[in-house]
Amino acid sequence: MEYIILFLPLLASFVAGFFGKLIGERNSEIITSLSVSITAILSIIIFYNVVTQDYNNNIVIASWIKSGSLEINWAINIDALSSVMLVVVTLISSIVHIYSIGYMSHDPHKPRFMAFLSLFTFAMLTLVTSDNFLQLFFGWEGVGLCSYFLIGFWFKRESANAAAIKAFLVNRVGDFGLALGIFLIFYLFGTINYDEVFKLIPTILDEKINFLSFDFNSIDLICILLFIGAMGKSAQIILHTWLPDAMEGPTPVSALIHAATMVTAGVFLVVRCSPIYEFSELALSIVTIVGIVTAIFAASVALVQNDIKKIIAYSTCSQLGYMFFATGVGAYNVAMFHLFTHAFFKALLFLGSGSVIHSFNDEQDINKMGGVKKILPYTYILMIIGTLALTGFPFLSGFYSKDAIIEFAYLKGDYLGYFAASAGVFTALLTSIYSWRLIFKTFHGSYNNTKQPIESVHESPMVMIIPLIILAIGSILGGILFKDLFIGQESSYVFWKSSIKFLDPLSIDHPPIWFIILTPALVIISIPISFYLFVKNKNVTKVLIEQNRPFYLFLKNKWYFDEFYEFIFIKPLKFLGYLFWKKVDGSIIDKFGPDGISKIIKNFSIKAVKFQSGFIYQYAFVMLLGFSLLLTLLILD
Amino acid sequence: MNFPILTSLILLPAIGSFFIFFVKFNKNYQSSKYVALFISLANFVLALYLWSIFDNSSSEFQFIEEKKWIQGYFNYKVGIDGISILFIILTTFITPLCIISVNSTVTKRLKDFLIAILLMETLMIGVFCSLDLILFYLFFEGGLIPMFLIIGIWGGERRVYSAFKFFLYTLLGSVLMLVAIITIYWMTGTTDVEKLYQIGIDYNYQKLLWLAFFSSFAVKTPMWPFHTWLPDAHVEAPTAGSVLLAAILLKMAGYGFIRFSLGLFPLASEYFIPLVFTLSLIAIVYTSLVALMQEDMKKLIAYSSVAHMGFVTLGIFTLTQQGLVGSIFQMISHGLISAALFLCVGVVYERMHTRLINKYGGVVSVMPKYAIVFMIFTLGALGLPGTTGFVGEFLILLAAFKKSFLVAIIASLGVIFGAAYMLWLYRRIIFGEIKNADVKKLFDLKKHEIVILWSIAVPSIFFGFYPQPLIVTVDVSVINLLEMYNNNLKTFLVNK
Repeated sequence: MEYIILFLPLLASFVAGFFGKLIGERNSEIITSLSVSITAILSIIIFYNVVTQDYNNNIVIASWIKSGSLEINWAINIDALSSVMLVVVTLISSIVHIYSIGYMSHDPHKPRFMAFLSLFTFAMLTLVTSDNFLQLFFGWEGVGLCSYFLIGFWFKRESANAAAIKAFLVNRVGDFGLALGIFLIFYLFGTINYDEVFKLIPTILDEKINFLSFDFNSIDLICILLFIGAMGKSAQIILHTWLPDAMEGPTPVSALIHAATMVTAGVFLVVRCSPIYEFSELALSIVTIVGIVTAIFAASVALVQNDIKKIIAYSTCSQLGYMFFATGVGAYNVAMFHLFTHAFFKALLFLGSGSVIHSFNDEQDINKMGGVKKILPYTYILMIIGTLALTGFPFLSGFYSKDAIIEFAYLKGDYLGYFAASAGVFTALLTSIYSWRLIFKTFHGSYNNTKQPIESVHESPMVMIIPLIILAIGSILGGILFKDLFIGQESSYVFWKSSIKFLDPLSIDHPPIWFIILTPALVIISIPISFYLFVKNKNVTKVLIEQNRPFYLFLKNKWYFDEFYEFIFIKPLKFLGYLFWKKVDGSIIDKFGPDGISKIIKNFSIKAVKFQSGFIYQYAFVMLLGFSLLLTLLILD
Repeated sequence: MNFPILTSLILLPAIGSFFIFFVKFNKNYQSSKYVALFISLANFVLALYLWSIFDNSSSEFQFIEEKKWIQGYFNYKVGIDGISILFIILTTFITPLCIISVNSTVTKRLKDFLIAILLMETLMIGVFCSLDLILFYLFFEGGLIPMFLIIGIWGGERRVYSAFKFFLYTLLGSVLMLVAIITIYWMTGTTDVEKLYQIGIDYNYQKLLWLAFFSSFAVKTPMWPFHTWLPDAHVEAPTAGSVLLAAILLKMAGYGFIRFSLGLFPLASEYFIPLVFTLSLIAIVYTSLVALMQEDMKKLIAYSSVAHMGFVTLGIFTLTQQGLVGSIFQMISHGLISAALFLCVGVVYERMHTRLINKYGGVVSVMPKYAIVFMIFTLGALGLPGTTGFVGEFLILLAAFKKSFLVAIIASLGVIFGAAYMLWLYRRIIFGEIKNADVKKLFDLKKHEIVILWSIAVPSIFFGFYPQPLIVTVDVSVINLLEMYNNNLKTFLVNK
């Protein structure tokens, strides 16, 4: 069964990719969608087995690299953690596959698109089912590659190409950290198998290591390096710049890769490595801080963006921040729970926005929408459900997972925990405001598009709406149904078992009641406030913007990260490349090397030629000179 | 083993070239191409057969043949171990592909071109088989001549400048090597590699001799700052020439480092590790950045070759099993991938007659099949897991990390830059709107091009997922070499 789950998407991808023309567009769509749907069903069966029968399995497919003490296998490893990821990946993927049939219906390259989606699914599955760090790295780069292809899917658009390369390169910077982390693990333990490494971790607790002339605790260093990789993939602040740009890709891609699955790989990595992170106070603090800062940063930027997809992209960034600070305070299972619920409502929001874009004939600016809630009734309602779930409206899925994160942060009981909890509450408020801003500007108010008449706006076909409905059901019920399994008091013994390590058992206390109520209260109150600000009385926001113009521009330009990087990395590197090429290679090495030598030889030979003058007195003079020189030498001896 | 299989491997292409030289063909020499192709394919099959009967588990040299040559001085002695055989396979694999690719790139003096290529093959196989220093030197330097001719006769506009630059650079280094070989002969009375391994070379002279060998290998590798001949040579060479140059000629130096620098001068190798590391790191970072700024496709790939070979020299001098295996793997991988990239450039150059990147753009719309294979090799060059490029780089970096964190970190930067210049190159050629009207007239891959490119693509993916056959072949030889190396170091320390 595991083999089918892993290889069916790969097979489908091959068929659609290489024989797409031969079998026709429709067949490619059917084959890929069907294959991924089958893997989704099988994954659910495996998940069920894991929950009910403690199913665990480690299948070695083949040996990959074996050199000296290094032994790496291709493997499928099933435990609680990977089974959750299996379900999330295959379920969202199959929904996105089906949705794409409708969304991409006018695209001439459908088989290629479906092939990449399936290939991505395969890569993501190898990532989550790995039993060692190198296969993880393989999947890690593999999903990055598919992401690159899919962001740049519309290859004629310069901006899409630029975004694709940017995504790949920023991720490479993260991978650089991850790779160094893997090297360090091999250096310390002589193996990179999860089980073996995790077993050996407690033996090196106090080992120091000299790294670039600083003394580090080895475990701290491993965790930090791995986390750099996680930051790249999960678009955490500093390495986040690729994610908003990645919205150049078709919307189903954004839903699958840049919301539900690939970007959560970083969170997965940290949770998977909980047996290492649990021993590193320092690394956990860093993870927490990065998570907090990203959550606030991304939410603040999302407040002022106008591109519907960019708002949701920043929202993803921000929610990933939540997941990271959940892991940072040691609530790995809560992070996984949020990952699980987030996959549903964020995919729903993305696909919903895709439906909006589709309806508006590829318009993405929310200022050019509005007043269409009656024309797009399904999309409208589904988007509302997604928004409610995202903001954590009581009893929807986000309510259980996000509030749990905030509560666990509070229960951590130290300064960092309190700080994380208050940042969580604040971000929840921002989340609510920007999400409702999106809804109100898109659907309410008056129709603002001058380019196309309102009549041209149309509801999306059923092949797009039905996947949304499935996701909406997940967004509503996902929290309430699975909360005991994922984050119940017994969950660590009953469900997660050895797949997540908790050094200290999770706190079973509750925060004070006012704190529990605080977040939902803010979330609910912000709905009418947003309605007032963005529909009823738009002047308030206008005045606010006018009065705080610099701050507004700061947010609007995403805290100037891109400009900053252009200035300190891209330009200097290009300059160096040019300098090395023209000046060092051309003017120094060549001038004094081969060209210089050949010039000297040439000059010398010209002189030598002149020497053969044919005049006997010259020759005689030279002979005399030589003779006297010889004589002098002999006498001196 | 009575059948002289190695000598046959070495001589078969040479005999073929004689045959082509003396037999009259019809006017356009097409049939001479088939003869050359047949011979090189037969040689490939022979090499595969050799691989199949090769004993992986033995650390001794195998299939040794020894003939007296110049009485009392030196002998014709050939033999292989796990390291050499992979390079022999690579050579015999790439040569027939080169011959097929000649189809439309070489318009004048086809017959002579084929003779040059076949002679090259003979000499290069000879390099990897030689177990005698003089013999090695003859093959090693002999390889210069056909390459010099290939660039000088069939090259582009500045071919004469490039050919001479190539020749001067590589010859200057080699003269020192010759002096070193003669010195070794006077010191030990033999040039037999096996015997020299046993005797060992006087510690006092090792450093100087090492430097003499180094000067030759560093130029051929090429290591920074001896690399400037390579971009020029590549740019002017015809496609087949570039392929042979990148795939095999450069590997002779890496092979030389392993076989001679480590084997004969362990003490000096240990002493010069910092030097090699420094030059390798500079090569990796420096040439990657230079590659980023190139406007000529071939130059870009040539510079990337320098960076990739930087990884190789880095790996060799980590002197660990993973490092050495990684380096050998990286050389094979680079042999496949850089060869394929030059072939890819050749494909569009033939159609457009320009190598300037900005003349292209939007090629995918007219050449989708080309876009796919080009993408595979682009990914291989940037070291994506699942291609051979990754396995080599990974093992090398892993080994470098053991030696020094800083070295591994700087080298890993090269991996980031590698992705940058390759993807940017690919984007500028393949993606985007078509801006140049000539691009619209392009036609997709022809049959023989598909055959060539895919027959390189398949092994570069296969061995990325399953590198074991290659690793197993070299493993014992590498372990043996390292053992010998470490024993030598130990005895020195004890004597001291």
